[in-house]
Amino acid sequence: MDFAFSEEQEQLRGFAREFLASRYDDARLATIADSATGVDDDVWPRLAEMGWLDAELTFLDQAVLFEETGFRPLPAPYLSTVALAAPALDAETGKRIAAGSLKATLAWAEPGRPQGLLDPVGASASGGRLTGTKVLVPDGASADLFVVVAADGLYAVDAADADVTAHATIDGTRRVADVRFDGAPARALASGEEARALLGRIRDRAYAALALEGVGVAQRALDLLVAYAKEREQFGKPIGVYQAVSHKASNVYVQLQEARSLAYWAAWCVSADDEMARQACLAAKALAGSAAVFACENAIQGHGGIGFTWEHVLHRYYKRAQWLAAFDGPARSQRAEVAAFLLD
Amino acid sequence: MDFHDTPEEAAFRAELRSWLSEHWAGRPLEGGRGDFDTMRRWGGELYDAGYVGLTWPSEFGGRGLSPTYQAIYLEEMSRANAPGHPGVIGLNMAGPTIIAWGTDEQKQRYLKPLLTGEEIWCQGFSEPGSGSDLAAGRTSAVLDGDHWVVNGQKVWSSYAHVAEFCILVVRTDPEAPKHAGLSYLIVDMHAPGVTVRPLVQITGDPEFNEIFFDDVRVPRSSILGQPGDGWKVAMTTLLHERGTLGFALSSELERMVNQLIKLVKEPGPDGRRPADDPVVRDAVASEWIEMQSLRFTNYRSLTTLLETGIPGPEGSGVKLAWSEANQRLTALAQSVFGLHAQITGDEAPLNGFWQYWQLRSRGNTIEAGTSEILRNIIAERVLGLPKGR
Repeated sequence: MDFAFSEEQEQLRGFAREFLASRYDDARLATIADSATGVDDDVWPRLAEMGWLDAELTFLDQAVLFEETGFRPLPAPYLSTVALAAPALDAETGKRIAAGSLKATLAWAEPGRPQGLLDPVGASASGGRLTGTKVLVPDGASADLFVVVAADGLYAVDAADADVTAHATIDGTRRVADVRFDGAPARALASGEEARALLGRIRDRAYAALALEGVGVAQRALDLLVAYAKEREQFGKPIGVYQAVSHKASNVYVQLQEARSLAYWAAWCVSADDEMARQACLAAKALAGSAAVFACENAIQGHGGIGFTWEHVLHRYYKRAQWLAAFDGPARSQRAEVAAFLLD
Repeated sequence: MDFHDTPEEAAFRAELRSWLSEHWAGRPLEGGRGDFDTMRRWGGELYDAGYVGLTWPSEFGGRGLSPTYQAIYLEEMSRANAPGHPGVIGLNMAGPTIIAWGTDEQKQRYLKPLLTGEEIWCQGFSEPGSGSDLAAGRTSAVLDGDHWVVNGQKVWSSYAHVAEFCILVVRTDPEAPKHAGLSYLIVDMHAPGVTVRPLVQITGDPEFNEIFFDDVRVPRSSILGQPGDGWKVAMTTLLHERGTLGFALSSELERMVNQLIKLVKEPGPDGRRPADDPVVRDAVASEWIEMQSLRFTNYRSLTTLLETGIPGPEGSGVKLAWSEANQRLTALAQSVFGLHAQITGDEAPLNGFWQYWQLRSRGNTIEAGTSEILRNIIAERVLGLPKGR
């Protein structure tokens, strides 16, 4: 049992933390989040240069980046491309992603029916053409390519052949879009059982990635809370001496550590294709989503009025936490699946 | 990162599993803590099989293995639903403190019988007037020739009624500042002047005791460290209490989660299966997730321990989270029985197992550091927040 990331992975973490902190201080992040698209278009070639988009990265390498892009949100379709779309794509397309010339995402949910990643869909393809309506497509407005879940399998469709309507979201840096395909030229990626299994693996991967991101979010919220509790004085003392404040921070710390342990376990399970991968990813996503929200809520409370202002960075993290907690259903949806493993 | 056992670890696990299936399988669950002499014999069986003192140096009767093996041992014991060695205060607190601070004679004298379960230890730290505030203790020891003369009272002492020895924190210098006036003695529980009075808990069991010391004469040499070192020595004890506790707790929680799963899959007193209730399902899944999160937090802390010699700070929350999880879990189990949960005696559901453990769980957030103290420790030592005191 060895729970440590490798030296190279720790170097990657250090480098990522530095890069993200220098490129996105809190003010710049706010500016981008409040901009028309919520995306920093210029960063994509830099990600390619740094090798973040390489197909050779293991999931544990990526894990480090998911955590760091939670700690400092990266306003680009990074997670959508590498976690949601890339696993379904062929090596040739993978090269285009690595080169920085292609952003992609996954389109699965449809209006008026259950919207889980593994729920049945109505979109269908025939004769290389795909028709259907997708909603809640993450980073849908930034993607050049959609991996589309259709009734009989997964398909790749160019964004140029789709009708994309972007939505404003409370987390301004990871917006969603409606995407309509009306006989769009579609390339088959996987079908039948193979497609189902692949989608299951993509879901595991997405859960693990979002759990890791949640860990980063919770860590930043805790750091902000602790720093403020040391510096802010009331009744002649830093507020961190009061247990009503310090115990909040301790509670956040404990939950964060639990979430981190599960997120790393899930990441390892995905990378090693372990038999517990499904349960680990469900557990990690459920706990990390809640832990991120819990951390942000406590940090906002600990900051008093200032933490409740638009000007303060905390709400950006809070909204990201809510985004990832809600992905593919709230924690109770994942727990319902865990319960089925345990009880049925 | 690799979560697989090494071949040596896997062999150890398999060997233990097969030993347990031969020596433990099929013994019944009990509502309380079980008969002590039975437990003591079980401790001896574990020792003879080589499963006690796994991480202790071999010169002191241990096997000199890495803490990973202790973790595997605890996991497998809980999966087999087997109880541990009853000498927990000796194994987890007195023993490591003697290894760290004891003289050669003390190590020779005390360590082996502690491992075999022949000699049980208890702990004399808390007093009626000082629980969390250990350094405020007033039990005194005054030198009289070759003996310390001990007077005072200790409380919340598990196993004192069956113990041969007590690790006792006493005030030897009333003039010195509070922490500097303490010393750490080893006291024979059969010495004249030692009186043990059981304290009946809300479970009805007398698991804890009060210990009264009236002019108890303790040989001058029965001290760990020097006079005045008591605080430092006690911190070694508590470090071990909190340091080695994590896996014991997550394994215990795994055992309880497994029992809970078994419970809810059976029809309850009203004929319905609790596992068909979505609220129960959600709660069971929550506790399973919590249990896994604590298990892997322990492993993370262990990785840091193996790399640096010091357990990682993330482990500091495990006892805190475990105690609350155990309270939720046992309350959930009791809720399944409705008002039947009240019935005691021969008609008690499942031999009173959940009744006992639900009530017992209320002590979990108090013993071995109250949750309030543990939150203070995390805030001050891990997060670096200013001290409130």
